[in-house]
Order: sequence, then C-alpha cells, then structure tokens
Amino acid sequence: MNVKINMKVNGTSYSHEVEPRTLLVHYLRDTLRLTGTHIGCDTSGCGACTIHLDGKAVKSCTLLAVQADGHELTTIEGLSSNGTLHPIQEGFNQEHGLQCGFCTPGMIMTALDLLHNNPKPTEEEIRHALEGNICRCTGYHNIVKSIQYAAKKM
Amino acid sequence: MIPSTFTYQKVNSVEEAIKALSSADSKLLAGGHSLIPTMKLRLSQPSKLVDIGSIAGLRGIKEAGAEIIIGAVSTHQEIASNKIIQSKLPVVAQGAASIGDVQVRNKGTIGGSLAHADPAADWAAVILALDATLAVQGSKGSRKVKATDFFKGMFTTALQEGEIITAIHIPVAAGSKSAYVKFPQPASRFAIVGCAVVKNGEGKINIAYTGVSSCPFRDSGAEKVLAGKKLDAGTIQAASNAAVEGMSILEDHYASEKYRKHLAKVYLKRALSAIA
Repeated sequence: MNVKINMKVNGTSYSHEVEPRTLLVHYLRDTLRLTGTHIGCDTSGCGACTIHLDGKAVKSCTLLAVQADGHELTTIEGLSSNGTLHPIQEGFNQEHGLQCGFCTPGMIMTALDLLHNNPKPTEEEIRHALEGNICRCTGYHNIVKSIQYAAKKM
Repeated sequence: MIPSTFTYQKVNSVEEAIKALSSADSKLLAGGHSLIPTMKLRLSQPSKLVDIGSIAGLRGIKEAGAEIIIGAVSTHQEIASNKIIQSKLPVVAQGAASIGDVQVRNKGTIGGSLAHADPAADWAAVILALDATLAVQGSKGSRKVKATDFFKGMFTTALQEGEIITAIHIPVAAGSKSAYVKFPQPASRFAIVGCAVVKNGEGKINIAYTGVSSCPFRDSGAEKVLAGKKLDAGTIQAASNAAVEGMSILEDHYASEKYRKHLAKVYLKRALSAIA
C-alpha cells in the first residue's frame, strides 16, 4: 500500500505517493529528478548520497523516503543561489578538490555539516569529519584544502 | 538494492507502537541504520514496519536524581554532543562519538543499536561497564532489564516478542572516571575490539568488551585482578594479562583469534591508563 509523503526539498514543497520501500535517494533522483545526489556503494559506507535532513548530514541510501515525511531536506542542488556558488563549492573549484567528481556532492554536504557545527576546524578535524565519505581518486588532500578555503570565506 | 515489500505505519505513542507490533513479523523502525541495510540485503524481510522515530517521549537526555536517562530514539550524535553526558559520563560521549561516521550518528539511535545487538556494536561495551538498566515496555507492561542480563548472544537479546526499549538508565556515579577505546574495522567502523572501563561509585573498576566474542561481555577475570587495588603500571599490566582469558574469541578475515586477543589486552591497558 502506497503512503503519501510531503517534504520540502531545497525550499520547494513536494507531495507524492510512494511505496514504503522506496529509498530516499531513489525518491530524490528518480521522482524529483535531483540527480546531483549520487549512489556509490549503496551500503551506507561511501557517503556519495549525503544530503541534509533538517540541517544534518545523513546518508539518503539508508533512509526510506517515508522517514523524510514532514521534514526539510537540502541536496547539492540547493546550495548555490542565483548562479553564485556556495563557498564550499567555490572552494572545490578553486583548490581543485575533485578529479572525477563522483564523491563531490557528498563531500560538500558533509563539509557543510562540519562548518555549521565547527566554523574554524583544524586540518585534523576536517579529515576526521570526512571519515564517512570515500574518494576513490584518492584526492583527499585537495578536498581538505577546499574546505579550509570555504572555512575562511564563510 | 531495494528491500522487499512491507506495509508501513507511523505511530505517535509507545502504546500505539505495541498494538501495531502485535501482527506477525513486524519490526520497529527508529533511525533505521541497523535495520535498513539488512533489509536492502534481504537478510531481513519484515512484512510490516512500525515507525517510532518521531515519538517525542522517546527522545532526549535528562538527569533525574542519581541517574541520567537517555530516551531510546536519541541519536548517537545527540548523545555525543550533550553537555551533561560529556561532563558526567565521558565514556558515553566517547562511545557515541566513535560510532560509524557523522552521517550515521545523525540518524542512528541508541535503542535501535542495542535492540539489534550486533556483537561488535560500541554501545554494548559502554552500557555493560556502566551497569546501566534498560527500560522496556510491552503488551504485558513495563520492566527493567540490567545491561548485564540483556545481551544473550549474536543479534540476540532479552527482549521478548513485541517489547520496545523506551530508555536507558545510567547511574551518574558510575561514570565519574571512565573511558572507551576501540580498534575500528577501517571500512565499517564497527569495533574489532572495543573496551570500556568505568570506576563505579564504590571505586570498583568495571571492564566490558565488544567485538571480541560472539556476545559482548563483562570481563570478570580482569576485574577481579583489580579488586581493591590502585591503578598503576603494575596492576594495569596484571589486569591486561588476565583480560579475555578463557573467552571464546571471534576470528574473521580482519583479525585472527590470536591478533584479536592481543588487541583486547592492549586496549584494556590504554583504557585503564586513561582513567588511572
């Protein structure tokens, strides 16, 4: 039996009927067509699917869409405003924080959670905060630099 | 990976949840961070999920007299960042902060982790060492279960069919000096060896392990070595020598039995040194 869900994603309200087993990441990508949120490992290990649920970073491959009913979500598409990149996005651009780019949306959403709670993190704190996000281009060094760039700007 | 089909019911009270659980093959959903991965792998195929994640009465941390009460659907992150917990029960904050990664901690709940009873879950060692008590509610009423009576084996607990963990009660005096240290599996962050030590209100040292055996346990052998003694290099070494002796030790492709046993002894030394 389908369940009706309502949620706000990047400031826009949505209402759909979904099968209870629909994963949140599939709802975002397939129903809302917000394909910036990626599916990497699909086992809550890699962090490519990281979004914000009520302002906190979560892994959308390990949530059911029904669990987001009544909540506010932000995805990578919701960060820039009027064509101006968010400082973290700008940091990844300026500091060459990506190679293939697959992990980038998740990295940025996790970095945003970190900078909310700890606006001036040390390098060690940044590396620790990213433990749930995996980059297989092994580009962690520039990812850390990108977040340091954003921390200075924010 | 997509779970098999199920019906979904969101409930607003524990009473409603207990009623909803009465149909066969139902499972509770809180954060879902133990359950959903197993459902995606179809290791678990419940016919119904009862969502207790938004029951306000099950969330939050409060101090009541000589104990701190943690609501069962409090997330690991809420617990790790709570000021009362950080100052009065450091072992609880350390345990919570060492679970998974920030995304997992933002959604996973203490009650869900305890009910799932993964033999390598961090919470088990922490609440065993603290002599915590679990408040449990079912159709036949409420009861309290001591942490030391709760874990029965791999993924097996003292919870009866249809019972719900509502809160975890921790005596404040228990954790004045306490520490949790672990050797994490590098990908999953579950404990290959996790060791919690607590100097309780009477000055006795409690020692608990997770990840080491098929069921988390209190190491009474190592505790006995320390009974009535002051912690110093000599007594810590003696406790480490006695640690996990006689236990059946897990072995997998990350850590052999011999290596895990070695790690257990090393991590007890580190934990005791932290509170000495």
